[in-house]
Amino acid sequence: MTTGEAPGPPTGDGHAQLYRTIRLIRRFEERAIELVQSGDIPGIHPCIGQEAAAAGVCAALRPDDVVLSNHRGHGHLLAKGCDPGRLMAEILGRVTGVGRGGGGSLHPADLDSGVYGATATVGHGAAIATGVGWALAQEGGDRVAVAFFGDGAVNQGALLESFNLAALWRVPVLLVCENNLYATTLAAHVGNAGSVVGRAEAFGIPASTVDGQDPVVVRDAARQAVDRARAGGGPSVLELLTYRYQGHHTFELKTHLLYRDKAEVARWQERDPLRIQAERLGAQERELIDAEIEATLEEAVRSALESPEPDPADPLRYLYADGLRTRGGVSYA
Amino acid sequence: MPKLHYLKAMNLALRDEMTRDPAVFLMGEDINLALTNVATGLLHKFGPNRVLETPLSEQGFTNFATGAALTGRRPVVEYQIPFLLMLVLEQIVNQASRFSLMSGGQFRVPVTYLLPASGWKPGWGAQHSDQPYPLFVHMGVKVVLPATPRDAYGLLTSAIRDDDPVVVFAPAAAHGVQETVAFADLVPIPLGVGRVHRAGDDVTVVAMGHLVHDALAVAEDLADEVSVEVFDPRTLHPFDWAGLAASVERTGRLVVLDDANRACGMAGEIIATASEEMRLVAPPRRITRPDGAVLGSVPALDLAMQPNREQLAAAIRRVMKGV
Repeated sequence: MTTGEAPGPPTGDGHAQLYRTIRLIRRFEERAIELVQSGDIPGIHPCIGQEAAAAGVCAALRPDDVVLSNHRGHGHLLAKGCDPGRLMAEILGRVTGVGRGGGGSLHPADLDSGVYGATATVGHGAAIATGVGWALAQEGGDRVAVAFFGDGAVNQGALLESFNLAALWRVPVLLVCENNLYATTLAAHVGNAGSVVGRAEAFGIPASTVDGQDPVVVRDAARQAVDRARAGGGPSVLELLTYRYQGHHTFELKTHLLYRDKAEVARWQERDPLRIQAERLGAQERELIDAEIEATLEEAVRSALESPEPDPADPLRYLYADGLRTRGGVSYA
Repeated sequence: MPKLHYLKAMNLALRDEMTRDPAVFLMGEDINLALTNVATGLLHKFGPNRVLETPLSEQGFTNFATGAALTGRRPVVEYQIPFLLMLVLEQIVNQASRFSLMSGGQFRVPVTYLLPASGWKPGWGAQHSDQPYPLFVHMGVKVVLPATPRDAYGLLTSAIRDDDPVVVFAPAAAHGVQETVAFADLVPIPLGVGRVHRAGDDVTVVAMGHLVHDALAVAEDLADEVSVEVFDPRTLHPFDWAGLAASVERTGRLVVLDDANRACGMAGEIIATASEEMRLVAPPRRITRPDGAVLGSVPALDLAMQPNREQLAAAIRRVMKGV
């Protein structure tokens, strides 16, 4: 479902499309941060700097494959083809959002583009994706499920249980660790014994660690894993080495937490995925894409801000599939 | 007419729903051997893709069920011991039950969580004996608590067909209940509709799960001195408030018999709602387990904490005196 002005789902996996996706995610979040600063959005977990992970993995997927996202999920949705206007409306809490405003920035889900949700309890999306992948395989096709999680999630019991189930039952699932070196403020080397790949290999799952800043590298590694899953080869774990330029959440814009030194941030920004992919395109092609994205986002923000907000008189309208309404909190109402 | 056992009723409900709807499947620990007698014969009939024996990974497989449900399957997850629900509160309450809300109704999560060993088996130990249904009611998760074989069949069937997550508690103390029933009478029973097991004029006793049978026995014992109505809500969320109101409006008196702990329990909620919204002519009473009731290794200590018939009889008499 698109608004007409949007570029629509990504249709290719070539250099231009990878650039378009990364640029869209980057500019989408920059605009969203402006809306945080203006007070229109309560806050977001920006993925700026990590865009190659979303763009590369989703370029290896078909529209009918399923993604389970995490709380840094805008990029995953956009890369999977979510309409930017409806995603912006969701983050703004409007009824035209993909989840009618019920998910917000933390839990956006979009059935149309195959993103079945974003869980904020770290790592649990991987276990849900394992169930999705199993059910897809039971249907008899060759669809796959993908879960994105961070380096902090690799210490969650539920995640490791899902590794076991996925391997045991040869589930067509790709488990993608976006290792951005920090679990909120906890540095990966302080929180994680062993390695991500080592955890996967202990369950007999093929795993690799690749450069998460180069979308072509990510796409090719993901494609290999996805092809194996489609052919019945079971799960894979892919660790992408990446970095977020912003804080864990936009609240850091005010708190100025000190847990990363500026030199480290600058070092990672030298390997900026947007620049890496931009250099693969001619200037003219790039400018055309940039202009198209600016127009798309202009319209996305405008239409989202003009959209109505949900009815506060009925906040739990979608809590139950059957329309059951809970009793009010005030007994005489 | 045949005698139907409580556990057999649940087995029949699973068999019938798995036959009727290929999206339904069963998963859990030790279900290949049907350790709880609920899955008996299902592996043979439906095969390993419909009856999934899981490793000891409750958090993993509860989320797994959510994922399968998101794609249109209807998982029934069996847990053998109620304390396992503590381990998967996150997966049921925070994940499964919020997908519909968070997605603005895009997704449904029709998972049934079946507890065929809910409640105390005296002496089984402090980590094997809980009745945690109020936790789920508090969090807005649908909860079913059948008292009889026919209700067990009908409510489990409806839970499986429901498009939301539903926790089904089958109290261990009800497993011995048998009922003479024509199989044609085994039909789905809608969630949210209570049952008046025995009509009466003087006092409404709300009893849940296996305690329904205790309430009926006490009502019979006291029949010469007081006319007791026994109301079984059958589902704790959604709760049949209209059904309860109809009963209390008639009797004006209320006693609640609840096998869960006291604070923040169903008994407290029922009494609070009745006090606010219904016409009571005498102070209501509740009989529950004490708060923190977990000691389970000594049968006599277990039994000392469980609501019993003497307490119920005393409460009924007290309410009738209006004190």
